[in-house]
Amino acid sequence: MISTSTVAIRPKRPAFRRNKGIILLLMVLPLMVLVVMFTYLPLFGWIYSFYKYRPGVPLFDSQFVGLKYFSMLFTDSVDMLRVMKNTVIFALLGYLCAPVPMIFAILLNEIRNQKFKKFVQVTTTLPHFIGWIIVFSLSFSIFSSDGLLNDVLMALKLISKPTNVLADSKAVYVFQTLLGLWKGLGWGSIIYLAAISGIDQEIYDAAKVDGAGRFRSALHVTVPGLMPTFIVLLLLSIGSFVGVGFEQYFIFKNALTANNIEVIDVYVYRIGLINNDYSYGVAIGMMKSMVSLVLLFTTNAISKRVRGTSII
Amino acid sequence: MSSKVKSNPLQKIFTASNYLFMLLFVFLCLYPFWYIFIYSISDPRFVNLGVELLPRGFTLFLYRQVLAMKGIGHALFISTARTVIGTLATVFSCSLMGFLFTKQEMPARKFLYRMLIITMYVSGGLIPYFLLIRSYGLVNNFLVYIVPGMVSAFNVVLVKTFIEQLPASLEESAMLDGASYFTVFTRIIFPLSMPIIATIAVFSAVGQWNSWFDNYLFAGNNIRLRTLQLMLYNILNEAQRLADQMNNPSGGTIIDPKRMTLTPTGVRMTITMLVTLPILIVYPFMQRFFIKGIMLGAVKG
Repeated sequence: MISTSTVAIRPKRPAFRRNKGIILLLMVLPLMVLVVMFTYLPLFGWIYSFYKYRPGVPLFDSQFVGLKYFSMLFTDSVDMLRVMKNTVIFALLGYLCAPVPMIFAILLNEIRNQKFKKFVQVTTTLPHFIGWIIVFSLSFSIFSSDGLLNDVLMALKLISKPTNVLADSKAVYVFQTLLGLWKGLGWGSIIYLAAISGIDQEIYDAAKVDGAGRFRSALHVTVPGLMPTFIVLLLLSIGSFVGVGFEQYFIFKNALTANNIEVIDVYVYRIGLINNDYSYGVAIGMMKSMVSLVLLFTTNAISKRVRGTSII
Repeated sequence: MSSKVKSNPLQKIFTASNYLFMLLFVFLCLYPFWYIFIYSISDPRFVNLGVELLPRGFTLFLYRQVLAMKGIGHALFISTARTVIGTLATVFSCSLMGFLFTKQEMPARKFLYRMLIITMYVSGGLIPYFLLIRSYGLVNNFLVYIVPGMVSAFNVVLVKTFIEQLPASLEESAMLDGASYFTVFTRIIFPLSMPIIATIAVFSAVGQWNSWFDNYLFAGNNIRLRTLQLMLYNILNEAQRLADQMNNPSGGTIIDPKRMTLTPTGVRMTITMLVTLPILIVYPFMQRFFIKGIMLGAVKG
């Protein structure tokens, strides 16, 4: 009796489970279709880089050129070298600023007045939520030749002729980096503030017993306590080394700064969508993706080897 | 904390300069917005005297004029529409997907989930994306603001992690009562996940409101689909080009002292304020959700 009843039930359960599974699959598939449509199918667009594609002509009627556009990357040296240089400079300046949010968090943590601390945190996070167009508009109002800064400096007789840092091709690297810092500092420090509150209070007590003042506890307890967070964030950002960003540089680009502000992504836009050289644009984009993937996997492997944890 | 070390004069100097530094940075973060604001409500006849800390006179003239400008009302409508519809669509699809991926009984769950995660690291690049969007017929189509961003892997991860820490018993009892997955999701999981849903909603709304590049790329010349952000971008570009050409202030229009006039600078400032205002208003109430979002994201990352 017992054996027959199990036989009777058995085939029923998997079927019931399978049905439920299929329902789940049917629910998730439309959403997965979106993922495929907007992230995976564009990858097939890489094929354009092997053809001499012209808009309007179907790909299959286009001439197959093999690796021509990839070798162009090395022969089109003037522009490529220039945008590579710009990209590397912006990336390096970005790394140089990487400890700033951590330092800011440590300083903010030294503020004992909780209300003031909260106020600082809320106000300094605001710029993160403002789009780059607005940042540009604010900068324009303040720094352009008829902007506020010039008015004030002229009124104070500190300068005799208006300056315009937005049109200064030499200042562009530092200025854009500072803007990025302004926009991201408060936001970037949140994670460190959380990490600080996660540091064991007993370590501070022990340091105090050992005679450490506030400077010394910050230096010998807080900083080492934040290092793991700092290193993980730094490693994560290495993967995006060549993708320093697009919007900021695109929006702030003008006739006078174009040479120095043009990073790879902006260059791809110009080659592909302004000059209509789709194939070469795709080739540059592909190289960029390859380099960042290689960097991501390398840093991941290093992180696994050194710290025992992977970052992706 | 300790009263003993406080008497140290070096410490006092440090504390004072620390407060000073923080105040300075707060000023740097707030003043640009304040400046735009006081300029936009100043009397245009007096702005040449300089606007620094307080408005010169008070008038809503600029706002009245700018809001009556051709296309502004419609751009405001499009920006609002994409923010509301886009946020609803993203919240629905990301929360549903996060819920579905917590279900062990889904076939190929691991594979599909991994496929989604990879999208955080891989992209085809700008030009293939552009060509594809064009082939989908999304150019000059309102849906281009909504559909491509509906599924965001990061949001799905946030929701999934949140649902996984809810007690499983609630859901199980509902399933035993014969409720379908969708009912469980809408009646039980969705209301319970409100903290994380609010977080992704706020992120998505800010992202939608700030977006302009999809508009620029896929409907750049289409006035019917123009967002406020792109309108501002066009005006700024114009101002910058003028400034480049003349190497001379763009706001150098002659101001009639008897009448209020609409200067390019005034228009720029006022539209900037119109675009920024929603964020400035919403921000104080929403900022705890932002912070929660980055914390959860950091824990996952």
